[in-house]
Amino acid sequence: MAAAGALRLLVPRGRLLPPRRGLRLSAPAAIQVTVRDALNQALDEELERDERVFLLGEEVAQYDGAYKMGFTGIAVGAAMAGLRPVCEFMTFNFSMQAIDQVINSAAKTCYMSAGTIPVPIVFRGPNGASAGVAAQHSQCFAAWYGHCPGLKVVSPWSSEDAKGLLKASIRDDNPVVMLENELLYGVPFEMSEQAQSKDFVVPIGKAKIEREGTHVTLVAHSRPVGHCLEAASILAKEGVECEVINLRTIRPMDIETVEASVAKTNHLVTVEGGWPQFGVGSEICARIMEGPAFNYLDAPAVRVTGADVPMPYAKILEDNCIPQVKDIIFAVKKTLNI
Amino acid sequence: MAALALRALRGRLLRAAPGRAGRGLGTARDFPSLEEKPQFPGASAEFADRLEFIQPNVISGIPVYRVMDRQGHIVSPSEDPQLPKELVLKLYKTMTLLNTMDRILYESQRQGRISFYMTNYGEEGTHVGSAAALDDTDLVFGQYREAGVLMYRGYPLDLFMAQCYGNASDPGRGRQMPVHYGCRERHFVTISSPLATQIPQAVGAAYAIKRADASRAVICYFGEGAASEGDAHAGFNFAATLECPIVFFCRNNGYAISTPTSEQYRGDGIAARGPGYGLMSIRVDGNDVFAVYNATKEARRRAVAENQPFLIEAMTYRIGHHSTSDDSSAYRSVDEVNYWDKQDHPISRLRHYMQGRGWWDEEQEKGWRKSSRKKVMEAFEQAERKPKPNPQHLFSDVYREMPPNLRRQRAALERHLQHYGEHYPMELYEN
Repeated sequence: MAAAGALRLLVPRGRLLPPRRGLRLSAPAAIQVTVRDALNQALDEELERDERVFLLGEEVAQYDGAYKMGFTGIAVGAAMAGLRPVCEFMTFNFSMQAIDQVINSAAKTCYMSAGTIPVPIVFRGPNGASAGVAAQHSQCFAAWYGHCPGLKVVSPWSSEDAKGLLKASIRDDNPVVMLENELLYGVPFEMSEQAQSKDFVVPIGKAKIEREGTHVTLVAHSRPVGHCLEAASILAKEGVECEVINLRTIRPMDIETVEASVAKTNHLVTVEGGWPQFGVGSEICARIMEGPAFNYLDAPAVRVTGADVPMPYAKILEDNCIPQVKDIIFAVKKTLNI
Repeated sequence: MAALALRALRGRLLRAAPGRAGRGLGTARDFPSLEEKPQFPGASAEFADRLEFIQPNVISGIPVYRVMDRQGHIVSPSEDPQLPKELVLKLYKTMTLLNTMDRILYESQRQGRISFYMTNYGEEGTHVGSAAALDDTDLVFGQYREAGVLMYRGYPLDLFMAQCYGNASDPGRGRQMPVHYGCRERHFVTISSPLATQIPQAVGAAYAIKRADASRAVICYFGEGAASEGDAHAGFNFAATLECPIVFFCRNNGYAISTPTSEQYRGDGIAARGPGYGLMSIRVDGNDVFAVYNATKEARRRAVAENQPFLIEAMTYRIGHHSTSDDSSAYRSVDEVNYWDKQDHPISRLRHYMQGRGWWDEEQEKGWRKSSRKKVMEAFEQAERKPKPNPQHLFSDVYREMPPNLRRQRAALERHLQHYGEHYPMELYEN
């Protein structure tokens, strides 16, 4: 039991929010919260809410090391036996070593056991490009995990996304892969009073319109959402109003929100950090074609993606391998023929 | 072996070298202990002043614990678990019933009635000996050759067959290849094909059970081939560091498909790896149900009482092919197989014991063979006749709740069948 106690005491790690909530003297206001703090808040709250929730993984120092396959399997087994583990990978690149446990054990078990063995587990960690960590530390796994029935896959951008989606993922009875972004951890976002509450949950499977517009629909997930918003404010000066959709969930994808937007704007640009082939953008385009929104397109949809190469190390090369604001602007102008 | 060599080294005490704490790196006062004992955090041992490698001992390795000889006589009466007649008969009948079911289902695959099968020939003793030593609620993680454990716990023939046929009675809803049984009520986790993935999962489950403070154990079965997988290493190590109530049960049956143990490892089998992880370990005669029983019983008791993992390596022999996709005559001799079938089989050894006690005779043997075969044939004929699962089950259990896209597809299928059902062999499916 001592070991169990020690395990739970390890968390929360990272800084806690100052005790603002108890000392509120004026009207409630939004505050700036970094993604990291939002995640920690979510973990604190969910650990307190349900004693079956526990953390393990590479970030949780005590049981770390090269045992990715090991602790992933342990997390799956613990979930099968009734606990609700939150399993952290130092980066999702390393999850490839444990991917058999994630796909063949976590994702497929409910189906293969005809519903008798649920696996309520969350796999989380940084995904995609960071800065200067080269090819084996920079791959985006949205398409890999988004491919598999049995898994849910979420990809937060803002602090509100991070906190709300993590809480939703922990409360979800299915295996959930949460793809975070290392470069966003230190970025502060405004969090409303509502978002700061203990019961704030962002529903899995619902996209958010971050910015309304009329000329073109930009769809992105994770860090590129910020780039889209930047591109949108630059384009606004030229009279092009972009509607920016933050997917929030990769699987199940909220294609209805994209369709409604395309019906309004008639133009679509998808933006992602991952490689172009078989990526998130490919799936969005395929679904748009299969649904009613196809009839509203005035031009073929365009995908903005990472370059189709393993991520190089040199900074100037790395910078040019991930979608930049100028790439998004270029794609918009191309699809609008301006 | 390893332990003996270390003791020999310790015998050769080194001459104390003068303390060299100086060299400008600090004085005696800076380091709390300058005794001539290594201070490394990673190991607690003495110094050795002679270069000597520890030799892996494979010539005379860990001994094989047994209770009965090959003729079913108790070797050392103090080790006889003195199981009551009823229990011994249950052990025997489970092993023979399993054997009979294996024969029928193997044949049914050869005849194209089911797609695949794996027999348990020769290893029945490892199943029932261990199953009998567990509590009913202990959680079982198997590999794929442990059907006897489930049978011992009372899983009916109907359901074994239903799973192999993937018919409407299959609790698994026809989702899996044959022999991938699972039963929540009997605490037998659904079999999963990838090798050794069950090992760290079993440890995670044991950890959860320990947290819940239930007096339950987890038993994790695997073969000597699966023990070569990375997951096995991680599982053993975590079990020890997380102090879990788990019994690791390795069926060392001589072959991993076509790979003989001589090519599988160069050390002293699997039991010798245990101490490397800090696991209490033992090697037993897997064809001796009493030895398997004794070892599992004691390991289980202590695993739960002391929250520490145990490793049992049960030596046995895989008499059958790896599966229906294998023809083992390609890599081993018929003589070798016959030796184990005739000279050292768990079923015949127990039968000799029972006959020696006056609990069994030719008459009963004939009668039981007839009635067990009849039972199996009845279940078999039923399984053949049953319809397949309802096509609606195609869509369920992908997630805990059915997502909208699958609901739409299921409704579309329903509409389609309403209109065009007469063109489909609907009578083959449960409606």
